[in-house]
Amino acid sequence: MKKNFALTLIILFLIFSPQTTAFSQSLSSSELIKNAKQYDGKIVIYSGEVIGDVMLRGEFAWVNINDGQNALGVWMSAALAKEIKFTGNYKSRGDRLEMVGVFHRACLEHGGDLDIHAQSLRKIGNGRIVKEKLNFDKTSLSLILLGALSLIWILTLFKHK
Amino acid sequence: MILKPRLEDLKIIGFYLGKIILGLALTMAIPILIALCFGEINPALDFFISIEISVLLGLLLIKICQTDRDLNWMQGMVVISLSWVVAMMLGAIPLYLSGHYKVFLDACFETMSGFTTTGLSLVQDLDHLSYAHNLWRHLGPFIGGQGIAIIALSFLLKGTSGAFKMYVGEGRDEKLLPNVINTARFIWLISITYLIMGTLALGIAGICIGIKPINSFFHGACVFMAGFDTAGFAPQSQNILYYHSLTFEIITIVIMIVGSLNFNFHYQLWIGKRKEIFKNIESRTFFISIMLTFFIVAIGLNQLGVYPQAIALFRKGFFQLISAHTTTGYMTVYAQQFITEWGNLALFGLICAMALGGCICSTAGGIKMLRVGVICKAMKEDLKRIIMPERAIVIEKFHHIKEIFLEDKLVRSALTITLAYIVMYGLGALVGMFYGYPFLEALFESTSAAANVGLSCGITSTTMPAVLKVTYIIQMWAGRLEFMSVFTILGFLFASIEGK
Repeated sequence: MKKNFALTLIILFLIFSPQTTAFSQSLSSSELIKNAKQYDGKIVIYSGEVIGDVMLRGEFAWVNINDGQNALGVWMSAALAKEIKFTGNYKSRGDRLEMVGVFHRACLEHGGDLDIHAQSLRKIGNGRIVKEKLNFDKTSLSLILLGALSLIWILTLFKHK
Repeated sequence: MILKPRLEDLKIIGFYLGKIILGLALTMAIPILIALCFGEINPALDFFISIEISVLLGLLLIKICQTDRDLNWMQGMVVISLSWVVAMMLGAIPLYLSGHYKVFLDACFETMSGFTTTGLSLVQDLDHLSYAHNLWRHLGPFIGGQGIAIIALSFLLKGTSGAFKMYVGEGRDEKLLPNVINTARFIWLISITYLIMGTLALGIAGICIGIKPINSFFHGACVFMAGFDTAGFAPQSQNILYYHSLTFEIITIVIMIVGSLNFNFHYQLWIGKRKEIFKNIESRTFFISIMLTFFIVAIGLNQLGVYPQAIALFRKGFFQLISAHTTTGYMTVYAQQFITEWGNLALFGLICAMALGGCICSTAGGIKMLRVGVICKAMKEDLKRIIMPERAIVIEKFHHIKEIFLEDKLVRSALTITLAYIVMYGLGALVGMFYGYPFLEALFESTSAAANVGLSCGITSTTMPAVLKVTYIIQMWAGRLEFMSVFTILGFLFASIEGK
């Protein structure tokens, strides 16, 4: 509760702060990439699923977040990254995060990468392990084909005899 | 008089095609092993089904077309052309079964893109793709880069003179060793040695940048296979940008350059002739061409102030340029950024680099450096003829493994292939423009497909028209086989209809 209250305060501060322009609505990755010049250096809200690995780099970490259109690299403190429990891959859905941070079209600190430097984040959905069930149709098809192959093999044996 | 192909021709073609299909089925066992290691049940089934279909088709063709006759030139070329189309369809089965492709055509596009070492992708939700399917995407370039026929030559065919025809049919005309089967095996030896070295280098770099060890070596193997074979696939949707690492990018640049060099260079280095790399017309042309095209890209980026620092400009510009010139297609920018930020001049530089391509007898596509070098030498010779007295005898030589005299036959061959590539780049752009894409974007994507590069400015997507997908598939196929096999199959079809 305290965390959410603090995050709301930060967002309100950033929105009404006189120095920087902030965008109060969550922006999509496509919107950010397409209009990168417009959002460059601005504070933005971006949300999506954590995918791949959380790559720790000293006191910071790279986290790639996919909003369903593209994945964007988010640079955050290692302390913030600790909140991530699940990352998206074949066997799991990653945590869904909403973050507030500064968007860079060509980041000076990171060799010209298009990225977001997160200032705060909030978990808006928990990740989970995806349980894999055996696909019945695929199993049946595979057995039918195996039967056909065996038939050819037997016919070949007869032909040789 | 055009002769209609006889039943015997079809039988020979079917028999060798069957053998190649069996070779392809063999390679599908690797993703099954990976699926079992990572406990991926359904992906293992996808590959099991694909192997069964492939073995069934391969065995049927071998049994029906049983023959002990060897291939002639026409049959060899037709076998190669068809084997790439059949490999595309069979290789697409496990991908389509994964559920990550909207329609079967998209999976075919992905497979052809992989086998031809292009790297254009239509996969959906790549970040949740299984290890097994992801490995198959990257194994495709490794198989296709070395050549689908090379597998058959290395493991399934023994001592056949038809082997050489299939080897040439895959766009290679240089033998490293006197025997073509030994050449094929040597190509595998080089590739597997580099695979081990590259996977180790990328794997260790991956661990250092915070990737879990198993993932790191898996990514290392995938990125190496797609980098060395100049394909440009990556295990994550952000391509190389996913890693956010200069070290990773530098290692990838080295792999891309090594992969785009002539296998003959590797052989010369292998036997200790290191000077060859400095003397050879191809390596010299490659170096000059990289410098010139990078100059264009850098000016374009600088004019528009795309990157605030020279270091960032160099890091982004040089990576993309090397990726384009080696025809790999790895990206550290988003596809849309080429259009929204890079500007026309930088794009023009990239298109030139893509069109020129890497070295012959490598996994790279495009016109290729030896041809560019030969054409430049021919122009120099013609200029000399104009300047020098009429009675003067002008002789031009160049070094490519040995000293070679510049003959008209050589120049004509280089110009014919160059012209064919240029026409294909243009035709693809025309189809793109027909569907409403601007000229530069359509040309960029068409060149990328035909030169087997894989860089995209955003046209390649699941929503693009089916005709455009088919156009790019044909471009990738014809570009990889360097036209000869494709012309032969067209001739074969024509003879089947019109012949007597």
